[in-house]
Formats: sequence, structure tokens, C-alpha cells
Amino acid sequence: MIDLSTQYLGLKLRNPLVVAASPLSKEISNLRHMEDSGAAAVVLHSLFEEQINIESNELDRFLYDGAEVSAESITVFPELQNYNIGPDAYLEHIRRAKQSVSIPVIASLNGVSRGGWVSYAREMQQAGADAIELNVYFIAADPVSSSVEIEKLYLDLVKEVRNTVSIPVAVKVGSQFSAFANMAQRLDAAGANGIVLFNRFYQPDFDLETLEVKPALTLSTSGELLLRLNWAAILYGQIHADMAITGGVHTANDVVKSMMAGAKVTQLASALLQNGIGYLRPLRNQLEAWLEKNEYQSIEQMQGSMSQKNVPNPKAFQRANYMKVLSSYALG
Amino acid sequence: MNRIKVTVDGNEAAAYVAHKVNEVIAIYPITPSSPMGEFSDQWSSDGQPNIWGSVPHVMEMQSEGGAVAAMHGALQGGSLATTFTSSQGLLLMIPNMYKIAGELTPCAIHVAARSVAAQGLSIFGDHQDVMAVRQTGWALLASNNVQEVMDTALIAQAATLASRVPFVHFFDGFRTSHEVGKVEQLTLDDMRALLPDEFVRQHRARSLSPDRPVLRGTAQNPDVYFQARETVNPYYLAVPAILQKTMDRFAQVVGRQYKLFDYAGAPDADRVVILMGSGCDIAEETVNALLAQGEKVGVLKVRLFRPFSVEHFLAALPATARNISVLDRTKEPGSLGEPLYQEILTALAESLAAGKIAAMPRVVGGRYGLSSKEFTPAMVKAVFDDLAQPVPHNHFTVGINDDVTHNSLEVDPKFSTEDPKTVRALFYGLGADGTVGANKNSIKIIGEDTENYAQGYFVYDSKKSGSITTSHLRFGPKPIRSSYLITRANFVACHQFSFLERVDVLKHADNGAVFLLNSQFGKDEIWDQLPRPVQQQIISKKLQFYVIDGYSVAKDTGMGQRINTIMQTCFFAISGVLPRDEAIDAIKKAIKKTYGKRGDAIVHQNFAAVDSTLEHLHRVQVPAQVSSTVELRPPVPAEAPAFVQDVLAPMIFGDGDDLPVSKMPNDGTYPTGTAQWEKRNIALEVPNWDEKLCIQCGKCVLVCPHAVIRAKVYSSDHLGSAPESFKSAEPKWKNFASYKYTLQVAPEDCTGCALCVEACPAKSKSEAKHKAINMVPQPEIREREARNWDFFLTLPEIPREQLVLSQVKDVQLLQPLFEFSGACSGCGETPYLKLLSQLFGDRTVIANATGCSSIYGGNLPTTPWAFNKDGRGVAWSNSLFEDNAEFGLGLRLSIDKNRDYARELLVRLASKLPEELVKAILGASQKGEAAIAAQRSRVAQLKQTLASIDLPEARALIDVSDLLVDKAVWIVGGDGWAYDIGFGGLDHVMASGRNVNVLVLDTEVYSNTGGQMSKSTPRGAVAKFAAAGKARPKKDLALIAMSYPAYVARVAMGSSDMQTLKAFNEAEAFDGPSLILAYSHCIAHGYNLIHGLDQQKLAVQCGHWPLFRYNPNAAPGLANFVLDSRAPSIPLEQYIYNESRYTMLRQSNPEQAKLLLGEAQQDVTDRWKRYETLAQEFSAAAATEAATAAAAKGVH
Repeated sequence: MIDLSTQYLGLKLRNPLVVAASPLSKEISNLRHMEDSGAAAVVLHSLFEEQINIESNELDRFLYDGAEVSAESITVFPELQNYNIGPDAYLEHIRRAKQSVSIPVIASLNGVSRGGWVSYAREMQQAGADAIELNVYFIAADPVSSSVEIEKLYLDLVKEVRNTVSIPVAVKVGSQFSAFANMAQRLDAAGANGIVLFNRFYQPDFDLETLEVKPALTLSTSGELLLRLNWAAILYGQIHADMAITGGVHTANDVVKSMMAGAKVTQLASALLQNGIGYLRPLRNQLEAWLEKNEYQSIEQMQGSMSQKNVPNPKAFQRANYMKVLSSYALG
Repeated sequence: MNRIKVTVDGNEAAAYVAHKVNEVIAIYPITPSSPMGEFSDQWSSDGQPNIWGSVPHVMEMQSEGGAVAAMHGALQGGSLATTFTSSQGLLLMIPNMYKIAGELTPCAIHVAARSVAAQGLSIFGDHQDVMAVRQTGWALLASNNVQEVMDTALIAQAATLASRVPFVHFFDGFRTSHEVGKVEQLTLDDMRALLPDEFVRQHRARSLSPDRPVLRGTAQNPDVYFQARETVNPYYLAVPAILQKTMDRFAQVVGRQYKLFDYAGAPDADRVVILMGSGCDIAEETVNALLAQGEKVGVLKVRLFRPFSVEHFLAALPATARNISVLDRTKEPGSLGEPLYQEILTALAESLAAGKIAAMPRVVGGRYGLSSKEFTPAMVKAVFDDLAQPVPHNHFTVGINDDVTHNSLEVDPKFSTEDPKTVRALFYGLGADGTVGANKNSIKIIGEDTENYAQGYFVYDSKKSGSITTSHLRFGPKPIRSSYLITRANFVACHQFSFLERVDVLKHADNGAVFLLNSQFGKDEIWDQLPRPVQQQIISKKLQFYVIDGYSVAKDTGMGQRINTIMQTCFFAISGVLPRDEAIDAIKKAIKKTYGKRGDAIVHQNFAAVDSTLEHLHRVQVPAQVSSTVELRPPVPAEAPAFVQDVLAPMIFGDGDDLPVSKMPNDGTYPTGTAQWEKRNIALEVPNWDEKLCIQCGKCVLVCPHAVIRAKVYSSDHLGSAPESFKSAEPKWKNFASYKYTLQVAPEDCTGCALCVEACPAKSKSEAKHKAINMVPQPEIREREARNWDFFLTLPEIPREQLVLSQVKDVQLLQPLFEFSGACSGCGETPYLKLLSQLFGDRTVIANATGCSSIYGGNLPTTPWAFNKDGRGVAWSNSLFEDNAEFGLGLRLSIDKNRDYARELLVRLASKLPEELVKAILGASQKGEAAIAAQRSRVAQLKQTLASIDLPEARALIDVSDLLVDKAVWIVGGDGWAYDIGFGGLDHVMASGRNVNVLVLDTEVYSNTGGQMSKSTPRGAVAKFAAAGKARPKKDLALIAMSYPAYVARVAMGSSDMQTLKAFNEAEAFDGPSLILAYSHCIAHGYNLIHGLDQQKLAVQCGHWPLFRYNPNAAPGLANFVLDSRAPSIPLEQYIYNESRYTMLRQSNPEQAKLLLGEAQQDVTDRWKRYETLAQEFSAAAATEAATAAAAKGVH
């Protein structure tokens, strides 16, 4: 019997297939479908503090904009009893998710203010989340802010949330740090129970017809996995926090590679958006088949097996590999 | 019993009781009563029960006629039912009111009494509407202030159930319906105590039920109708006693004693005024002041006007009253006197004859307060003073200067009865800056957090963009009954610096008052920026002058342009109404209460604004001398015509009250082309043209809602006298290659909506954000561009016949005859009207339904409808809301009749006229601008010839000869009119086959009355009366209209301006009825209207608003029905969730939103399929027709 189970954030999971934060988790019926299809845990879509603020401002503005302008139309909208502005709907979603599925439910939080991060994390725990994933999506566009200052922001944030809640806290980051190994260690030291590699930053596209900048969403491909494998392999054994790989996990082979690099779980979103939630089932089966075919007993057995410290040529993960790739390209 | 004090307005007070003591509420929006229906709907949708524990049904109907009929049915069905209305709405109920009374059906309806439309419409208060139903058999019961409204609403309900006579409970529109005051709220037990179950049981026992069948509503014959009509007499005779008994019971339960006639004043008064409504409190305040001066005066307040009880009247009137002045707030032209006057006279005369009084007092009658005309203690005093004269005026007016019939009383404006202990605060704000909302909050704070009484009344100007609001607030230790505007303020706040040059804001500041100004200038610079009259009054009245830069504080605290909380904080800080710290706490508490539902972010922003306000509030050291040379700006330029100078300018300046009767047109007819004189300068930013980038497409000109962007091509010879900064470019027209092209903005008329910038397709190749037209700060270019604009206007218009009117590019060169309207900034309706005016304005008569378009089109002082250099332009009229289609048809019938008559006369006179001319006139096709120009020239020649023919027929032909040039009739209105109240008439007109064009400006909601649901409102949208999202789909008026048959088009200018243009041209060319449904974005959709055009595109792309044209007379071989937009390419939600009307529901009730979204998406899919099938069928039919024709041709 092949053991696909793994431990992530102290949670015992039946396999390493975790559904990443995506719009799919907004529907309770989808969560049930995920569980039925074999997902080991689900990260809910993110609660965006900024979105809450925007909605709050827009609602206020448009209730207000047409009001008190003319004697005939002193208001233009009925005053509703409740607008569910704020985290209430999200917290209710956590509660309903917990009632609906038995797999762990990880809440995802994207804050903008320190107060927001802390208070929403507390409320997520109260609502029953099994863990919290801090989705730090920060574009360092301000030339005044140095990398030191920005890294401190990350660390302070993790510390504060860590000190606020008792459930596990993972932090999902981008790859664009000057010294990521050092950063990962410091996140680890700040109390992160897990590090999720990596956030995919969405860059806007240009519409050449209208000369307008338009939002663009491109789904990941397996090609993006390599960056994650690289860093997981480097960090494995150097930090205590569990690693999750997300961004580019599409096939059973991708999962196997992630495990071998040292991740505890993989998180999938694009693969499910493309193929449907039911794709988890064949994926799990293929994973099991791969282990069986290659005579692995368990996932645990392979975790970190191809990490930098466990491979015969550790330089492959560093600059030497870069030169090798270049020269192979030139020769090709 | 301990009753809570609440701070509410009259409408809420009435609705509170009505909702608690009824089961069915049928309503229809009409100002100023709409909020009563809205409150009821809101409470029912919140699940609030009545006193019997059940939530009343609230149903919006298609008209007031529908509302009263539904109420009649509900009453006959055994429910307790009510409605709310005003003005023409009440008049629409009259036929049914006879029925309800004739059947002795108990109910109490609540009327915010309002003027009726006569020489002009007015939304404001008087008693013309309720006096128009005094003959219907309903009891008429008045209440005079907010507390009385609440009390009387209950008393009326109890009395009607006890007496079976239906009651109209009325109070003064706006003055009472919209006055906010602190009142004691009746409890549910109070209501139960007044409404014994026995009454309800008796009512139910009379209901129609198949279990105990009866027949009600027979047709009666001459033998018995008369007798049957007399059967009700005992019920009417009983009403006064029943009502008094009810009032006595109310006094027992609640403690406030009312009488049918309440007298206040000297027990031995010699002079007494008699009146009804809010004026009573003013009269009482005046009487008290005069009593203190030793005068023997009194006021008799009439509560029950019908049935009139002589007995109760005599009991209340002091026997000493020898001189009586009866004041009516209504007008009955041609009568011997107004209704209350006549009633009192009859009562006294009959009493004298019956020996119940010893002598006939001297009785005079007068009119006051029509259309919320101010009624003040000074006016009451004038009435008393006149009554003391040997021969007092009779049939007088007070409050106006009637210099035509010379029968108005002189009023001493200095007379005041203001209580010195009352704080009187006056605030000038911009409609959009939140001043009114903040003041309403302040009243609540003072009313609910202190022992003080509070009163608030709010005055809005007639514009929907850049409107000035004035808030009148009183606070004091005693109940405040001063129902008149503040003219001696001890606190004046001006929330917009720019008002200082437009309005005399210190006119009503009392000596020593506090003056608070919001200004970007600090305490040290401000003095030098003030106009001279402002400086002068600050010094002479010894004002304490404070200044704050509210906009900076707002910006710094994330409040954007909203200064409401900041200015409110200043008011509390300076006025001393509450200790400062207590006030800050109370403001924050109010913020939490008001904005808490909208999210923490809003609450915290407001808190931050409160906290940082005080450090920016500064007292200004006032110099001893006036130093400014800047005067207030004249309301209109010196070159404006005499009528504009004499009549409209005072209205613009806020001095319309001073205009005498002689200045008023006596039949409601006003000149057009007047909005151009009212330079409002309300835009902070205006568009600026980059002639190098411009591709001259004309899109900006087309979409500009206010006609402030215009284009001309002209000979370069004209540029000789151009200002140096005047821009021009080479025209991109082949036929005008030798000319110049200029796109010019009117900087002082622009509202800054920026739709033009959104529409502009030309972008800089090196800086994408820079377009051919860009917003720039207005003050910097105001003077320069104003000069350029003036010059631009002097350039000649290109002859219309040289343009291709089916091209947007050419349409930009047509002069708009609809300009500078007061519509909302970025309005989605007005671009269509402007286009109409450009295409056909010089030969169009418009029938305009009441609504937004009649308000921005015809609300005084000025009108955007204009005329060209030949004096031709749109002739415009608004008849009513419900009758517009029929009114327009009547115009068509008249034009056609007189055109036919002209042709007949032409034939009769043919022998005396040049044969060729007659033939050419009678045979002219008049298709196209050149043909019309030719016909006009023939008619001019005809008139010249006729002038020398001395025959009656020749003179008659001169009178009607202009009709030999084709005229267009456009029937314009909103969806509330076309889909709901006017639909019956529209149906008939569309079926008539007559050549009228109907333009429906479809905002999918009643925009003008404040966002109530219409049958055009889409499924899933939140509107008033659809707080849970409209559950039914939008009515497909277009599909209905196709069946008449008629020309029908659905257009959205933001999606396809070409298609819009085609539709307008085809509709006008179609010789029969045509209907255009025009998508009009609106502030009631809840988003920034700068994106209005994008939203129009999305509406089309998602299939919500498919574009099509249906032409029953399409050319042979062409399909009658053409779908002009593609199959839905985006989901509905991508369109709707950009608008608050939809997102509100998603936020408040996500499950319901999801359900309705699913259904709405299905509506869209189904409708598209229907249209697609139609298009295919018509296309196939056209192809068959073409093939048959080709085959037939081949045979021949």
C-alpha cells in the first residue's frame, strides 16, 4: 500500500494535492467537489482588505453621490439593512466551508494595513480556519523604499500575525528577493510555519487597438515549475518551515518533482481552472501509479530526495548550472 | 407612559403610523409624498410588522389612478389599506375617491399637499390639490407640524374606522413633509388603544366574499339614484362628533388634546385669522408676540375642513371676534373666494340667520403661500394690521407684490418673532458636497443627545448639477414651531468659496453672528480674496469670522471631495450648541450609525476627518476697513436680452421672490435660448483641445451632454479678428479643404463630466494618456477660452444642405438647439436630445412628459432649448406626466389639420398666385435639408405675394402658411412615463398610425423622483420599491411597439453612434408612428458617469441592450428588422457588476443576487434568441421578396 500522506503546517494530509487560492473556492459546492475528487486541503480564495475598502468606498460614494442634490430626489437608492461590507461574508464562507468538508480549510489573507492583517487573521481563526496563508502581494514600485525596508515589512507582518493567532501561518511570497535564501530563513525565524513558493504576479497587458492597459490573467504552465523546484531544493533542510510549491504544478510528474525538491505539498489552481476540479482524481491516481511503478513506498520517502543537499551535484542549483545551460544552448 | 423622542420629518412621521395600522399599501412616486411610500416599502422589506404582528404588503402601481384603484380593491377585500400622494397624483385619484366614499369605505390616506400644474408645474407646497377633492365625500383633516402629522395620522385612521367616512389626512408639502423635527413617537400600544379590534372586524364583515356574496357597484337609474345618494347623510353628520371623540380619546392615551377647531390668542380677541396647515403655527407665534404688545388678536386653526362643523366652529371662535381674515393656501380663479373663506362665510351667514350669533362679523379672505411661498410672522402681522383698517382688503394676497390687480398687503420685513434663545444656523452648500446630509445628522445629534428641540429645513435650487442647497437649522430649549426660513441667522456657514461671488450669503446674518467659510485661502490671506459686499457685511454686522480649508482636510484624510463631516465638526466647535468634547463624541457616534453599514473604512476616514478638523479651523482677525474692489458677479451678462435681465436674472440671483406679478408671463409662456446667459462656472476642470492630434471625428461633440463642445468649419477670412489664442486646424473634409476647422469648449457652461475625453479615440503616439481633448483646470483657462468661445459663436454656421446628416462627422457641424442644461453632470439622456435638436430642431415641436427631461428642459429660470440665427428652434411644452403621448398626438393633429387647410387655401387662391409657385409648393417632396430650404424659400415668396392680395382667404393663408414646410413632432419622456403611467396613451398613439416620433430616454428607473422601480427596471437591479432586487424582467416595450406596426429602434449612443444617428433619421423619415428606446446612463445606476459610454458598450456586448431597427417600410429587398449588434459576447455580470444598483444586492443579499443574476442572464439569452429569429425571418423574407422581384423582372 503506497502512502501518499504528508504533513503540512502540522496538518496531516492524505496526499500532497492542495487546492491553491483561486475563485474556484468561492462556491461551497466546489469545495465538496474538491474533497470528493481527492484534494487533501483547500486554500480559500483570498480576502483582500483593499477590496473591502474599495467596496466600502464605492458603496458610500454612490449612495451619496446622487443624494441631497435636488428637492425631488433627495436619495436615489433605498437604504438596505446590511451591505455585508467587511470580512463578514468571507468569515461566513469559512464557517460554511468547515461545515461542508472535512479536509483542512486554509484561509488566505491579503491585507494592506497592519491593523487589517492582524484583525482579519484573528477573525479567520475564530471562524474556524485550520491555518492561514498570508498572501503577500507587494509590488515594490516606490523607488524610495529600499529592499531592507520592504523585507522588514514582510517580517513584521509575519511576526504580528504569528503573535495574534494560534493556528499555523504560512506565507506566500514572490521570488523576487535579492537574497531569497536569507529571506526565507528570516521568515522562518519570524515564525512562519510554512512558505509557499511562489506567488505569481499578474502583469497587465497592452491593448494595441485602444492603447489602453488592460488586466491580463495568464494561467501557469509546467515551465514555471522550475523556478520553484530550484528554490525548494536550495532551501530544503535550511529552514524549519514547511514548503509548498505553487505555480506550474499541472501533472503528476510536477508533483513528484516538487516532493523530491523538498516541498511538503503542491498547490494547484491553473490546472483545475483549465481541466476542472475533477482533474484532481486522475492526478492523484497518476501520482500513486508513478510511485508504484518506481517502487516508492511513500511520499515522505521522496521528500527532499533531490534537494541541493541530497543530490550528487549541488552546484546544479547554482551559477554553474546557468553557465551549463548557456553553453548547451550555444552548442545546440 | 414614557415615549421615545425621535428626530424625523413629516413624511416619516406619517408613514410610521400608516405602516403600523394598515395591511395593504398601494403607492406611486410623486414629490413630495414619495418618501412615505419609500419608508413603507423599506420597512416591509425589512420585515417590520404592523400592530397586528403582520408585515404589510406594499405594492408600487403604474400611476396614482392605479394606486387608488388597488387600494379600493384591497379595502373592498376587507383589508385596511392606504396610499400616499400629492398634487396631480391626488387629482388622478378623484374618480375612485367618489366610489370609495360613496360606498362608505373607511380608509385614511396621507397627502403631502402640493401645488397643481397650471401655468407651470410646481413640486412645492400649498392646498390646491386637497381643495380639488373637497367635493368627493372624503373628510379633509389637516395637521400643522411634524408632531401633529404623527398624531393626526393615527386619529384619522381611528376616526375613519369609527365613522366609515374616508379621510384625507394632509399636511404641507415640503414645509411639513420635509421639515425635520424632534417629536414624541407614538407607541404601538397608543395605536392599539385608538383602534379597537371591533372596528377592524366591522370593516372585514363588509368585505366582498364568495362565502357571503353581495353585489356592490350597481348601475342606478333616475328613479332611485338621488335617494341612494342621500343615504350617506347621517354618516357625514356624525363625523365631527366621532372625530372629536377620537381626539379626546387620543388625549386620554397620549396627552395631547386636539379639537376640530383649535383657537389660540386673546379670549376676547377682536381680530382673528383663520387658516389651515403649517401657517397656523406661524400665526400662533405672531399672535403670541402681538398679545405681548397688548393687541386683541387670535388665530383659529381649522383641522377638520370637511365635513365642516358649524357647531364646533362657533364653539371655538371667540364671540368677540368682529374682524375675521380667512387665509387660503390655494387659488380658485373666478370664484367669489377660496374654499375656506367661502365655508366660513356660509357658516357665519347661516348661523346669523338661525340666530346662533348676534351679529355678522366682518370677514375678508386672502391667499398666501402658494407653491411654498414663504409665509412669515411679518405677513401674519400684515394681515392683522390690515384687518384693523376701516376698510380692509378683501380677496387680497400676502407674500407677493401684485402690481397688476393691486390687492396685495404691504409687509414690514423687519418684524420678527424669533425666540432669542433659539440658535439659528444657515448653511450654504453644494448639492454634491454633503452639506444637507451633515446637517440632518447634526439635527439628530442635537435632537437625540440633548434636551434641546431641533428643526431642520432644506432648500434646493432647480439644477441637478452644481446646485446650491441652503440648510435652515434651529435649536432651542422649547418646541420649535417657526415653520419659515431663517432670515436672522446667528450662525452662517458657506461651504463653497465660489458662492461668495454668486450669492449674497451674509444677507441673513444677524449682528454679531458667526460666519464660517470653507476656503483654500488661509486666515491671513482670506480677507483680500473676499468680494467687497462680503467684507462690508462682516465689518458692519460685527461678524465673528472663521475659515477652514475643508478640501485639504478632506483630501488628507481620504474623504476626497467630501467636506460634510469636516464642516459639521466646525459647526459644533464654534456654535457652542454642545461642549466641544461631547460634540466630537456625538459626531463620531453619528458617523458610526450613519456609515457603519457601509464599512469600517468609511467610518475611519470620517473619524480621521473629525480629528484633524479643529487644528485647521482658524478665526480671522477682521480689519476695520473694507479693502476689496471685487463686486458680486452679475447673474447674467449685460448683453442679455431685456426679459432675461428683468425677469430671469433676479431668479438666477435668488431674488425671484421680489419679482412683482406684472413681470410674470400671464400664460406660462417663456422665451427659449436662455440657458446661454446663465454662466454657472461649476466645473473644476474643463476639456482642452489639442488640434494637432484631433482627427475631427465629432464623437466628443456628439456625446457632450451639455453642448459645450462644438465644431465649425469656416472660411479662414474670419480668423482676422480672432483672439490670439483661438485655435484652428485644416479640416479633414474634402469639400471643405479650403476652410478651417475649430473645436471649441464653452468653459463657463461645462460641468466637467469628462465624457468627451472618454469618447475621444485619438491618442498621442508618445504619451498614451494624452488625447485630442484633455481635462485641464478651469480657472486657468476660463477667461481665455471664454473669449475664444464668444468669438467662435460669431463664426457662421455651415449651410445644413452642405452636410451629410447620416455621418457623425458631419453632425458635429450642426448647431445644437439644446444647450447648457442643468441636468446632472455626465447625463446620459441629454446627448440624444441635443442630437434631435441638431437634426430636426429648426422644425420640431416637442411634447415632453414630466420627469428629468421636463425639469432640465423647462425648470425656471432658464431653458436649454434654443433657436438659430433665423429664429427657428424647438417649440417645447410639458402638459402632464401621464398624458404626454396624447398631448403630442394632439399637436400632430393640429399641425396636419392646419397644413391641410393651408394647402386647401393655396388651391382656392391658385388663380391669384404664380402657377409655378403653387405647383412647386404643393408638389414639394421636402426630403432632405436642401428640399426643406427650397420649400422655406417658396413659402417666404408666397407670403410676400399674399400680402398684396386683399382677401380673407389670403390673410388666413398667411397665418398658416409656415405649416406648408414639414414639421416634426417628437414625444419625449422617460421610462416611468412610457412603460408605466403613460403606457395606455402611448399604446393608443402608436396604434393611431399618425406621424409622431417617440423618444424614450430609458434610465430603467424613475430618475427624477429619486430612483423608484419602473417596469423598465431590469431583473436583479435594486431600486426603491425593489429593495430586494427587482424580481421580474424588464418589459420589452420595443417588441410590443413593433406589433402596431411602427418604426422601432433600440439605440445606445455609447455603443454605436452611427446606429443611433441612423435610427433618428429613419424615425423622422418614417411616415407614421416611430419609437426610439435610448439607453441612458444615470446617476441612479450608481457609478462614476465618466464611464457611462463604456457601460453602454458593455450593455450591448452582454446582450442586455441589443441594438436593432425595425422599419415596416424598409426599401424593397431590405429586411424590415435589422439587428445592429452582435450576439452576446460577455456574461451579463461583467456589465451589471460595475453598477451599484446591482452590486448593492450582491452585498446585501448574495443568494438573492445570484438567483436573480441567473434568471437575468436567461432573460438576456432568451431575448437574444427571439431577436435573432426575427432577424433571420425578416432577412429570409427580404431575400424571397428580392428573388421574386428579380424573377418577375426576368419574366418581363
